[in-house]
Amino acid sequence: MNLTIREALLAFRRAPLLSALSVTTIAFSLFVVGLFGLVAVNLQDALRGVAERVEIVAYLLPGTPIESITLAEKDIEAFPEVHSAVYVSEDSALARARAELVEFRDVLQELERNPLPASIEVKLKPRFRDAEHVNDVAERLRGFGFVDDVRFGRDWVEKLDRLRQIAAAVGLVVGAAFAVVAIIIIGTTIRMAVLQRSREIAIMRLVGATNGFIRRPFLLQGAIKGMLGGLVAVGLSYGAYTLINRWLIQAAFFSHLQALAIVGFGTLIGFFGSAASVGRHLRRV
Amino acid sequence: MIKFTNVFKAFPKGGLALKDVTFHIAKGEFVFLTGHSGAGKSTVLKLVYADEPVTSGEVRVSGFNVAELRPRDVPMLRRRLGIVFQDFRLLEDRTAEENVAFALEVTGARRSSIAARVMRVLTQVGLAAKAQAYPRELSGGEQQRVAIARALVNEPSVLLADEPTGNLDERATRGVFQLLRDINASGTAVVMATHDLDLVRQAPYRVIELQEGALVYDSTVDEPRDQAATP
Repeated sequence: MNLTIREALLAFRRAPLLSALSVTTIAFSLFVVGLFGLVAVNLQDALRGVAERVEIVAYLLPGTPIESITLAEKDIEAFPEVHSAVYVSEDSALARARAELVEFRDVLQELERNPLPASIEVKLKPRFRDAEHVNDVAERLRGFGFVDDVRFGRDWVEKLDRLRQIAAAVGLVVGAAFAVVAIIIIGTTIRMAVLQRSREIAIMRLVGATNGFIRRPFLLQGAIKGMLGGLVAVGLSYGAYTLINRWLIQAAFFSHLQALAIVGFGTLIGFFGSAASVGRHLRRV
Repeated sequence: MIKFTNVFKAFPKGGLALKDVTFHIAKGEFVFLTGHSGAGKSTVLKLVYADEPVTSGEVRVSGFNVAELRPRDVPMLRRRLGIVFQDFRLLEDRTAEENVAFALEVTGARRSSIAARVMRVLTQVGLAAKAQAYPRELSGGEQQRVAIARALVNEPSVLLADEPTGNLDERATRGVFQLLRDINASGTAVVMATHDLDLVRQAPYRVIELQEGALVYDSTVDEPRDQAATP
């Protein structure tokens, strides 16, 4: 085992240029995947922020007894799609309007009668914030006798839906394409490393090395290169993120788990890329 | 030790590299394998160390039935053989000592025993003083000695040498040949493919001659003939 480790590390010293090239190639391939991942992460964050504002407001007829409202509030909260249902009385609606619409404070101050209706504001659970469920819940709210009107941004929710679908589809296709390109490039660099040592491999076989013995240092070396490439890629992504954050827009970075996944992905590609290249080489000679 | 029985070997593109070759080499023998370039000397050796598959016939090498050897048993066969080539096949980025140790390491030998065994064979081939030298710092004869040391370090029962003196000047040739004779004297069988007839005449060893893939002369079976190994 220590021989495997020694041989794997020796290869870095014997062929520093090729090793550096492999690591750089893996790093940049994964960096492209990473950049795309950053866009996806931020788009998702943005969409989630928008989706959180999906809200249905049921306006109540004036003079609805508070007991009925409290009861209805409980009923609505019991809907499987509903995250919360909050009663907003006429007075608190007015107070909120005064606080939020500073420009109209004078007008609102002088009102003799409160023109604002009471309402129940309904928020849905995250996974139900799409057009179909919003419509559905709105329909059920209309069923309450004391509900005057139900409002929600119908077009807006539908557009959000479309946007989410497109983002997911594009993400999947482009992400997969980048990943495939990365795998091909990485496989080629590893193949170069194998070819560079083909003489050594031939001599190893002549003196009675088993295929497993020949393969092991390559696999370890491939995994190490992949891991280093992954780490560099995360570093580059962080650099890009910092620049974007400073000069363009507020953006989010990968979570620790996502960063770890990139490094893990690099390690796996390095490992399996080596396995494929060495396997092919050993079968052929 | 090495037994060929009615061995045929076809070239991948058609034609026969070996035609019905039969011979037996006993333990501790020294055998010259002679013939023109392309006569099949290297092919015989390649069949012995399982570098090429046997087309038909039987090849037995120190207990292994080579024709029916599974791929994963090939390394086990090669550990029982020492192989030396015309072009030495040393790793340029390792010292003489490391080149020899390499052959032990791949067999999973205990690390504690490696250094002593390597020094012993390097001493045997007369290169103990140059253990730390890289191949490029050694003469051709010295490089071939390192290759022989590498072939010997696993204590093989047979040493196969494919034109071991082909790249060497006369003085180095004599040295390497003497070394092979010494190795044979200590009990290791040596099969040496060569077309250097001066060398063949120098020593009273068995000669097997190939011509276009057929065995045409074997000094243990056939009448001795001076012109046997005509160039």
